[in-house]
Amino acid sequence: MEHTAQDPHERPFFAPSGKGGLASWIFSTDHKRIGLLYLGLIMLMFSVAVVLGLLLRLKLMTPGNTLLTPQQYNAIFTLHGVIMVFMVVIPSIPASFGNIFLPLHIGANDVSFPRLNNFSWWLYVTGLVLALVSIFTGNGPPDTGWTFYVPFSEHTTTNVSIAVIAVFVLGFSSILTGLNFITTVHRLRTPGMTWRKLPLFVWSLYATGWIQVLATPILGITALLIFSERVLHLGLFDPGRGGDPLLYQHLFWIYSHPAVYIMILPAMGVISEIIPVFSRKPVFGYNMIAFSSLAIAFAGSLVWAHHMFTSGMSDNAVLLFSFLTFVVAIPSAIKVFNWLSTMYKGSISLDPPLLFSLGFILMFSIGGLTGLVLGSAGTDIHVHDTYFVVAHFHYVIFGGTGLGMFAAMHYWFPKVFGRMYDHTRAFWSFWIILLGMNVLYFPMFVMGLQGMPRRYYDYLPQYAPLQMVSTWGSWILAVGLILMFHNLYRGCRYGPVATKNPWGGATLEWTLPTPLPAEAFYGDPVAPEPYDYKGVNPDG
Amino acid sequence: MAEAHAAPAAQLAAHRDDQASKMGMWLFLFTEILLFGGLFLLYASYRAKYPQAFHAGGQALDLVLGATNTVILITSSLTVALSITALRRGQTVRCLWLLAFTVACAATFMLNKGIEWGAKFHHGLIPGSEHMARLPQGQSIFYGLYFAMTGLHGLHVVIGASVLLWVMLLIRRSKITGDDYAVLENAGLYWHIVDMVWIYLFPLFYLIA
Repeated sequence: MEHTAQDPHERPFFAPSGKGGLASWIFSTDHKRIGLLYLGLIMLMFSVAVVLGLLLRLKLMTPGNTLLTPQQYNAIFTLHGVIMVFMVVIPSIPASFGNIFLPLHIGANDVSFPRLNNFSWWLYVTGLVLALVSIFTGNGPPDTGWTFYVPFSEHTTTNVSIAVIAVFVLGFSSILTGLNFITTVHRLRTPGMTWRKLPLFVWSLYATGWIQVLATPILGITALLIFSERVLHLGLFDPGRGGDPLLYQHLFWIYSHPAVYIMILPAMGVISEIIPVFSRKPVFGYNMIAFSSLAIAFAGSLVWAHHMFTSGMSDNAVLLFSFLTFVVAIPSAIKVFNWLSTMYKGSISLDPPLLFSLGFILMFSIGGLTGLVLGSAGTDIHVHDTYFVVAHFHYVIFGGTGLGMFAAMHYWFPKVFGRMYDHTRAFWSFWIILLGMNVLYFPMFVMGLQGMPRRYYDYLPQYAPLQMVSTWGSWILAVGLILMFHNLYRGCRYGPVATKNPWGGATLEWTLPTPLPAEAFYGDPVAPEPYDYKGVNPDG
Repeated sequence: MAEAHAAPAAQLAAHRDDQASKMGMWLFLFTEILLFGGLFLLYASYRAKYPQAFHAGGQALDLVLGATNTVILITSSLTVALSITALRRGQTVRCLWLLAFTVACAATFMLNKGIEWGAKFHHGLIPGSEHMARLPQGQSIFYGLYFAMTGLHGLHVVIGASVLLWVMLLIRRSKITGDDYAVLENAGLYWHIVDMVWIYLFPLFYLIA
C-alpha cells in the first residue's frame, strides 16, 4: 500500500490533518492527543504546586513571623495539598500515559468511549477553573487543609464551598477515566490478547480503574455534603445538633485512602514495564504482580480508618484497621521483591528510565516501611499528625508516584515526541532530584519523631537546624526539576530523531512508527508475549 | 462481569459496540449507588444512635404521598422497559407514548414531592431554620437526612426525566431505532436506578416507624 504524508498510519498524531489549530486539540477524541492535553495541564499544575511548596519551605526555614502571615500560610498549604492531590497526582499517570498507551498496549486504536474521554478532560479543566475561582473570589482561598475536616470547614469564611465543588467535578472526571479504561480492557483487546498476556501497566490501570469507579463517588457525596452543610445548614456533622464529625472523617477517608492506591498503582505499573526491558529478562512473577495490583485495590479499600487512630473511635476498630493496614503491605512487598528478582542476573543497562525506576523502588520502600510505623496503632499515637506523616507520604507520593511519572516520561518520551533527550543531563537531573528529595524529606522523619506537629506556622528553636536543612533540600530538588524539564523540553524541540524501538521493548507500542501515528494499527495486531525479548533488540 | 463476545461486524464498521456501552453504563450505575451509599451510611449510623427520634420522624411523614410516589415510580419503570420492547418491534409511536407516560410519572412524582416538602416548610421544617435547630438532636438529624436524601434523589428524577426527553427527541429523529437502541436501553437503566434508590428510601423514611 502506498503511503502519503496524509496517511493517518504515517502522519504523527500531533501533526495537523486538514485544519488543525486549537480546536483540533481541545475537542479531539484521539486518546493520544487527550493524553498530551492532560500531561500538559498536569505538569502546569505540578509547577504551580511546587512553587507553593517552595514558599512553605522558605517560610519554615526560620521560626517566627516571617515572609507569610499565618492565614496566608494556612491557605498555601491547603492549596498545595488540594492541587497536588486532586489535580496532579490522581490524574497523573492514568490520564496522561494511561490514555496514550493503554489502548496501544492491548492492540486497540482508541479507548471504548473516545468522546467521553474528551469530556473527562473538559471536566478536569472545569475543576481547575473552579479551583482558580475559589482562590481569587470571596473571602480568600480555603484554609482547611486538603482534608476539609469538619467542623472547621463548615464554619470558615474562606471560599470552601466552591473548592469542594471543584473537587466533586475533578472526581467525576476521574470516575469517567476509570470507567473508560475498564470497559476498554474488557472490550477492545486484540484477538489473542488474553488476560495473562496483558502488559502489567494495563493490569495496574485496570485495578486503578476499579478503585476510581468504586471509591470516588464517596468523595463526591462527601464534597456535596460539605457544600450543603455550608449552604443549607443541614447540621449532619454538627455536634450541637446531634451530628457526629467523626462520620465525616470516615466518609472522607473511605475515598481518600483508596485514592492513594489510585496514585501509586499506575506508577507501579510503569515500573513493572521498565524493569524487565532494561534488564533484558522476562518479568519475574508476572501472575503475582498482576494479582497483587488487584489485591492492593481490594485490601486498600478496607484500611481507611487508620487515619483516625487518635480520633477517639473504638479500640476494636483501631485494632482491626491496624491489622488490615499490615495486610496491604504484603502485596506491595510482593511487587518490590518481583522487581528485584527480575533484575537479578539480568543484563542491566542503566538508562534514565531505569534510574528513575530504581529511585522509585528506594523511595517507595522507605515510604512504605515508615507507613507501617503509622499503621501500627501503638506507634501511631506518638507520630500522628507530626512531620513523620508528612515525610511518609511525600516519600510515597513524590518519591513513588512522582519518580514513577518521571520514569514514564523518560521511557515513553521518544515514542511520543519522536525525539530523544540528552542522557547525561537526564542522569544528572535524576541524582539531583533524588538527593534533593532526601535532604528535603528525611529530616522531617526525625523532626516528627521529636514531636514537630504538621501544618504549624511556627516552631520551637530546637527544630530550627533540621527545618533549615529541609529547606535547603527543597532548593536542591527545585534545581533538579528545572534541569529535568529543561532537558526534556530541549529533547522534544532539538533532540536527535528517535528510532522505532530505542529501548528494545516487546509491548505493542514499540512495533509502531516513531513518533506515534494518528492511526495506530491496521486491523488487529497479533498479541505479543509482552516480556519475551528473544529477537527484540534496542535499535537506537 | 462475564466476558462478552466481540461486537458484530456491522457494529464495528460503525464504531459501535453496544456491549461496551452497556458495560460502561453499569459501571456508572455502580458509582450512583455508591454516591447514595455515603448517605445510607450516615442514615445507618444516626438511626442506630437515635432510634426514638427516627421513629417519631417517620411517623410525621405523609405515608399516603410516599406510597403514591412509590407506585408512580414503579409504574414508570415498567413503562420504560415496555418502551424498549416496543422500539425493538418497530412500534415507534407506541414507544414514544410509553416514554411520554414515564416522563409524566416523573413530573407527578416531583409534584407530590413538592407538596410534601411544602407542607414540611409550612411547619417550619426548613433546613437551617431556627425551628430545625431547636428540634431534639436526633430529629434535627432525621430531617436533615430526609432533605438530603430525598433532595438528591429528586435531582436524579429530574436528570433521568430530562435524559428520557432527549432520548424521545433522538427517536423522533430516527437516531435511535429498533436496530440501534443502546442509548434508550442505557437511559432505561438509569431510570431503573432512580426507581431502585427510591424503593430503599421509602421504607427507611416512611415505613420503619
